[in-house]
This record gives sequence, C-alpha cells and structure tokens, in this order.
Amino acid sequence: MVRKRQQIRDHSAEANLFARRTAIALLIVIGMLAVVISNLYVLQVKQFEDYQTRSNGNRIKVVPIAPNRGLIYDRNGILLAENRPVFSLEVVPEQIEDLDATLAELTDLMSLTQEELDDFAQHLKGQRRFKPVALRTQLNEEDVARFSAHQHRFPGVSIEARLSRYYPYGDTLTHILGYVAKINKNDLQKIVEAGQEANYAATHDIGKLGIEKFHEDVLHGEVGYQQVEVNSQGRIIRTLNIDPPTPGRDIVLNVDLQLQMAVQKTLAGQRGTIVVSDPRTGGMLAMYSSPSYDPNLFVHGISRANYNELLNSPDRPLINRATQGQYPPASTIKPHLALVGLDTNTITTRHTINDTGRFRLPNVSHVWRDWRKWGHGKVDVSKAIEVSCDTYYYDLAYKLGIDKISEAMTEFGFGDYTGIDLYEESDGNMPSRGWKRARFNQPWYIGDTIPVGIGQSFWTATPVQLNQSVNTLINRGERYVPQIMRGYMHDNGQVQLEPLKTLRPYQVKETKNWDVVLNAMWKVVNGEEGTARHAFKDVGYVSAGKTGTAQLFAIGQNESYKADEVAEHLRDNAMYVGFAPFDEPQISVTVVIENAGGGSSNAAPVAREVMDFYFDNIASDFLSGMTGAVQ
Amino acid sequence: MKQRKTTFKNNQTTLLERFHIDAILLMGLVTLMGVGLVTLYSASGQDIGQMERQLARLGVGLGVMLVMAQIPPLAFRRLSTYAYIAGLLMLVAVLLFGDMGKGAQRWLDLKFIRFQPSEVMKLAVPMMVAWYISKFTLPPRTLHIVSSFILVVIPTVLIAKQPDLGTSLLIASSGIFAIFLAGVSWRLITIVAGLCGAFLPVMWFFLMKEYQKQRVLTFLNPESDPLGSGYHIIQSKIAIGSGGLEGKGWLQGTQSQLEFLPERHTDFIFAVFSEEFGLLGVLGLLAIYVFIICRGLIIANRAQDAYSKLLAGSITLTFFVYVFVNMGMVSGLLPVVGVPLPLVSFGGTSMVTLMAGFGILMGIGTQKRFLSR
Repeated sequence: MVRKRQQIRDHSAEANLFARRTAIALLIVIGMLAVVISNLYVLQVKQFEDYQTRSNGNRIKVVPIAPNRGLIYDRNGILLAENRPVFSLEVVPEQIEDLDATLAELTDLMSLTQEELDDFAQHLKGQRRFKPVALRTQLNEEDVARFSAHQHRFPGVSIEARLSRYYPYGDTLTHILGYVAKINKNDLQKIVEAGQEANYAATHDIGKLGIEKFHEDVLHGEVGYQQVEVNSQGRIIRTLNIDPPTPGRDIVLNVDLQLQMAVQKTLAGQRGTIVVSDPRTGGMLAMYSSPSYDPNLFVHGISRANYNELLNSPDRPLINRATQGQYPPASTIKPHLALVGLDTNTITTRHTINDTGRFRLPNVSHVWRDWRKWGHGKVDVSKAIEVSCDTYYYDLAYKLGIDKISEAMTEFGFGDYTGIDLYEESDGNMPSRGWKRARFNQPWYIGDTIPVGIGQSFWTATPVQLNQSVNTLINRGERYVPQIMRGYMHDNGQVQLEPLKTLRPYQVKETKNWDVVLNAMWKVVNGEEGTARHAFKDVGYVSAGKTGTAQLFAIGQNESYKADEVAEHLRDNAMYVGFAPFDEPQISVTVVIENAGGGSSNAAPVAREVMDFYFDNIASDFLSGMTGAVQ
Repeated sequence: MKQRKTTFKNNQTTLLERFHIDAILLMGLVTLMGVGLVTLYSASGQDIGQMERQLARLGVGLGVMLVMAQIPPLAFRRLSTYAYIAGLLMLVAVLLFGDMGKGAQRWLDLKFIRFQPSEVMKLAVPMMVAWYISKFTLPPRTLHIVSSFILVVIPTVLIAKQPDLGTSLLIASSGIFAIFLAGVSWRLITIVAGLCGAFLPVMWFFLMKEYQKQRVLTFLNPESDPLGSGYHIIQSKIAIGSGGLEGKGWLQGTQSQLEFLPERHTDFIFAVFSEEFGLLGVLGLLAIYVFIICRGLIIANRAQDAYSKLLAGSITLTFFVYVFVNMGMVSGLLPVVGVPLPLVSFGGTSMVTLMAGFGILMGIGTQKRFLSR
C-alpha cells in the first residue's frame, strides 16, 4: 500500500515544495551570511583600532640604540680611551629549534671552549626573550670569516658588531682611567635605582673603575631608539624611524701622557706611587701606582686565572696607591707642623733647641731618638726642616699638644677625602683624642703625641692628600681639589675647561710664616746640609721639597735599625714631596716608594728624575722660576 | 515561453552551450578563481611557483567540470548506489590500510593514483540520498527519512574517525540538505536538532580526539594560550580586524607579509583577503559567492526531476557550507576544523571535487530532456 501511494507523484506539488524549501534555504544562507558579516563588522569596524594596535604591536618593535661612549684625551689631545669595533658571536635562543644541536655544531666549527659554553649557559638564564646572548665576545678575522661561510646553517646565530672600549696605553693609565666592563647584576641594580634603566637599555659596558666610573654620567650619553618592522621570527625587515642616540661627551684630562709615561718608567720594578700636580690648579699632571696592570683585560671579561693572579699578587697591583695607599707621612709633614708652631706662637724663628739625638719627657723613661744618632746640635725651625731634625719636632709636638696639631692638620685636609674625581680614595687618618677613644677605647697619652711630630703614631695619609697639603703650602693657604678631569673636548677640538674646585683656605695670622716654611723647604734641596741636596745636585731649575722616611717597624729601645736585617715588607718607605720652580711653582711632586729605605737617597732622586723630565720636555716657561730663593 | 527561449538559444548556439556549460555560473566561478589567484599571490609571498601549481589545479578543475557537465543527470542517478557503495568500501579500506598524512589517515594509495575517498563521498552521499528519497513521493515519510539519515551517518562517522572533522561535517551537511530540500517536516527537524544537541556531550567524551577537543577549547578562549594553540586564531583575528573597512591594500597586509599569520595561503587565506581588502572587499567576495549560490539554486529549481533538484540543491548548499565554515573559523565564530575557502585556498583535492560538483550542476541545468517529465 505504501508502495502504491508512492507511485502516484504530484510533480507540481513536489516542485512547489522544493521551491519553498529552496527559498527557506536561501533565507538561512542569507541569515548565516548576516552573522558572518556582522562578526566581521565588529572585528573590522568596531574593534578596528584595537586590532590595528595589536597588528602594529606585532610588527613594530622599538629597539634602543646604545650611544657611543665619550672619548678620553690627555691634556695635549692624545687619545687615551677609544672605541673600537669588535665582533661577537651572538645567539637568539628563541629563534633556534634545537639549541643543544646548534651548540654542538658551533663547537665543532668555532672550537668553542668549555669555559665559553659554561659562560653562555650562565648568561642564558634570566635573559630577556629575543635578546641575543653572546657566545664568544671577541672574534678575530679568521673566526668572522669561518662563521660567515657557514652562517646559512645557523638561523638565530649571527655575528654582531659593536663598539668596545680600548685603552691604547695599557697599564700606563689604569689607575687613572679605570676601565669599562660588561654590566653585571649589581650595576644593573644601581642603574635601576638611579632610574637610568631606559638609558642603559642598549648599553653593554659600564665604567667600573677610575675616571670611567667617576664620569660615567657624562661619558655614557643618552640612549636612542629606532622603530623597526620585524617579521614573526623577530628578524628586522626595515627601519621605520630613528631617534638617534646622543653620544657621551669627550673629556680631556689634566694628565700629560708623556709625563705619565716617564713617571711609570722611573717606578719600574718598584712598589710605590708618584703624584704630579699643578699647584696652581690642583690638576693632576701624572699619577702612577706601581705595579699596574692592563685594563684591556677587563673590558671583555678577564679570565679567572688572570684575575686571581692580580688579586693574589703580594704587590697588590689592583690598589691605586696614590689615592688608596695610606702611609705614615713621616717627615714630609714637618713643614706643616712648623707653620702651625710659628702661627700659634708656640715657637719663633729664633727659637732653638740643642739636639743630642735623644728626646725625653720629664719623668718618663722612654727615649725618642733622632734619625741621626748623635743629633744635629743647635737647630732652629728652618734648620730643623733642612736637616729633618726629629728631636725638634718631638719637642714641637709636645709643646703644641695633639688637639692643636689635629685641628690644624685636619684643616690641611689630613684624615679626609681630597675629593679627587675617583671613587677609589681612602681618607687616611689624622689621630686625635676622640679618634683614639672611638677606635681603641683608650685615652690619648702624652707619649702618643711625640711621634706625631715626625708624622708617625697612627697618622696616615694618602699620597694625593700629601700632595694637596704641599700645594696648600705652596699657595700660601689657597686650597684646590685635586682634579684629573680638565674639561670637555668639543668637536672643533676646543677644550671647555671645567671650573677649578677650591676649598676653604688655610688661614694664618702672619703670612710671613709661609715664607719661613717654604724657604726651609728650599734649603732641603739647596742648603749645605739639606737632606735632598745630593739628589738635586747640579739641576737646571730651582726646587724645594722635603724628604721623609716612614718607619713600618718598631725598633727596640736600644737597637738600631738595620735595613738588611728586617723583612723586606717591613723596611722603611722612602718619601719625598717637592715642587718647582721655586718662585712660581708649576709642578708639585709626591713620591712614595714602599720598603725602599731612606727618603733622601731613594725618593728624592726619583722626584728629581720626574722634575728633570718635566723641565726638559714639557715646561716651556720654566725659566721664569730660575731666580732663586727669597732669602 | 519556454519554447521561445529554446528557439532563441538555438539561433545562437554558442560553444559553451554545445558543451553544456552554464555561462552565468561559469562567469561566477572564473571571477572567484581570479580573485583567489590575486589573493594567493599575496598570501604566498609572491611565490610564482605556487601560482603556477594553483593555475594547473584550476585548469584540472575546469577540465573535470567540463567532463562532468557532459554526463546526463540520468546516468548519475543510475550510478548513485554504486558510487556510494564503492565510496564506503574505500573509506573502510582507508581505515584499514590508508596512508598517514599530517597525523590523519585520509589517503588511499592505488599505485597509479593516490586520493582521498572522502572526496568521492562528498558527491556520492548527496547522490545516494537524492536517489533514495526521489524513489518515493515527496515529502518523504519518516521511515525513509530515518533510512536516509543512516545513509548519511555511516560515511560521516567513518570520515570523522580518520579523523577529518571538516570533511565529515561537509558530507553530513550535504546529505542533510538533500533530506531538508525533500521536504522533511518541521516537527521532525526540531526533534532531530534536539537529539543532535543531546549527542554533543557523547561526541565530546567518546568520539573526539584530544587535538580536536583542544581546538574547540582554543576556539572558546583563544587568549588562554596566545603563543600556543590560540596563536592561529588570535593572529587571524588581528589580521582581519586590522584590515578595517578598506583594508591595508594588496600585498600590504603586515600580518600576512611578515608571516605572523599561519596557514595563510591555505585554510587562513580569508584572513589575508580581509586584511588587505577590508570589509568592503569581503562584501564583494561574499557577493560573488552569493551569486554562485543563487545561480545554483535557480538551476536546482529549474531541474526537471526530483533527483536532479535534490542533488543540485545539495551541491549548491554544501558549497555555501564551505564558505560559512571557513569564514567562521578564520574569524573566530567557529572552531578550526580545516575547511578551505572554496576556489580561493591553495590546495588540490577539494577543489577538484568542488569543480566536479559544479560540472554535475551544469549538466543538470543544461541537459533538459524534452520528453515528458
């Protein structure tokens, strides 16, 4: 029956039914298309700006550009720190499918060492996404050529060129210039704290020491940016926009490279330091601490072996002896004490003592000896400086008392930072009652005061401090902050000088007291009994100075000091402070040579060498200083 | 009126008519192919090699269409059962010893030719359903509907097991369209829709593979994994959205040219089109599709017998499903199921099947029997 009914077809009814269904289907089609279109309308019109932003976010990356670091010149325009292109092999881990396999292949190709691989693994941690990680930092030409030939095998690995610091004069200027090296975690933290994170976004190195560190702000410059279009692999397709970085400023130092090299030569093989400044400005003409080391070792990361060698060397090359070495100033501060004695009317120029080689306090059994066993006989203040009579100064110290000495010497700058443009500076120690109480919880004994008269007994000073204090004498109280930086170098080669930094002057009641002291220093070099007269025999200029011999070893009451019986590191430090020409001083030289023995025979000749070099090769108008001492 | 039309035609017998080609439909198809080639040139990164391969495929597609148009609809009707049974056997064969490709078992290697039996079923299923339903009077009785439903479900499940969700969806809809067009009652439609809704959890827990579930989850919340499984759809939406009303211009789409958009020359080519030509361009593209669909539905309505009507209607509406599913998945309306944008996406197999379908459609439209109905 069913079959029968099916046999009868109503074709027009079927066609109508089909037509209705087709029409409904078309309506459904249109309805579904309306859904598609309205969805597209939402995406493309209503949310257009949102998606446009995201699209741009995909393709546009803002890449910071590191500014070129400012260059450093010596006072004559000789380049001391330059920027050189270096090539490094860098890896973007996100662009590499199989990092281990790639590293294995690279190890074969470039003969990577295990240390390099370890360092790489170390740097890999905590690296930002899509930021390249260096695999080898200093490629030589052969490396560059070899990798370039196989570059197609290593997507995500590339050779990057950047500028890197180079110090052409190596260890000559290390303690002045310092060096830059890769920014580490501590540096980064400081950068963040200083709000400089953005400014250092592309920067690789930062000043770690010396001028590079102290003047980091001016040397670094301001970061620039470029907008680049990248593809989905992060590869840069083109640059859309550049906001160029502002390079760091080029700076000029007061240092004279020639003089610095001469200074280095005179100190060769010794432990010690020489500071040469211009007393008229406080500018540092030379400052060398021996032994030194090559700062270039640090720029690309020093090897552990090399670093340990420097760190553990008994000669302490990493220390800048000029600013960090704290030495007993010894007899070099006798002129300062004499000035205080005269100005406080504790002594007069007519005051004399009879030196028998021994000094005793009333009712005290302890004996303080003069360096000359039999003494100097009758000496006044001037002769006491010329012959470096210890007994006179034991007596003077006793008469002044520690409070007056400490107060006056603090005004000379002892016990405080000089403010030189280096962070590596020690303040030394100017002993006082308060200091001893705080340091040892002990009262100040009168016996402590006596050796202060010859610059011993807890008193330590850095060579730069000493140099600054002598400049104060030379300038009759005017005080300057020692400055390594002279000014800025402009593109046209002109130097814009930094203003001089002055300190509160040292006040005296009688200005003629300066002359007494300075003339006595003239006698040290030019007098018949001057302790530096041998060292300065037959010089072509007039200079003045003061020798010093710092004891590092306490000698028993009835023993005499014999250098060859004392371990080398306990032998006396040889010291000398001096300046020339006497009338219009141009240079002020401070010499400290560790464990070399007496100052007059070991430090004064070194100072003379430096002065000779200066007047032979550098000073042009030294003749004006040839008029001799004011007697 | 019909007579007049015929004489008019006879007076100017063109080459196209002699070969049973529907000029209007061909115009729509060729326009679409042209738009597709222009888009592909951009999407492939101006790869001439890909253009040449696509041109060759289009040529093959047009050739297949031409051949199919010559076959009288009656012949298809007689072939329906055989095609369907052969297709089913091949699907079983694929499941037993098919080739793996991209993690799914879809290919059958017959030494001289390697092909996907599921493509055959895209045509065989509507043919079979149309043949079965048209044996009886319309509207079909419930029993026949259930039987036809089974005819649809068997290949659908077999293909879904390969797994090929996109194709099984297309095949299911092609069969269901035939049943719908035959005049199934609205009451039944409501019931079946309800049953399908109930079936969804069963599908989720028992039939869908892990990667398919992942796709659905990603579809529901692409931002949950923006660099992983959500990456495709996010980048695709960014491409479409950033195209705006007028588009970034041909070859100027940054999402596609800078390779942020994955699968940009195949399934996601619509995103490239939308990015470069904007909403206005999309409306133009949709107009071409609507034009083709309308022409197909007109041919279906003018067809002389129920079998031809049902087959023509089903082919046309399935073509629309391609368009809707592809646009839906690329723009984030539907989960990503791997359906190409017809005649625009780069790729061969489905295009040949589509063109074969249009060939059948043209044959139905042009080969009228002047005998009784």
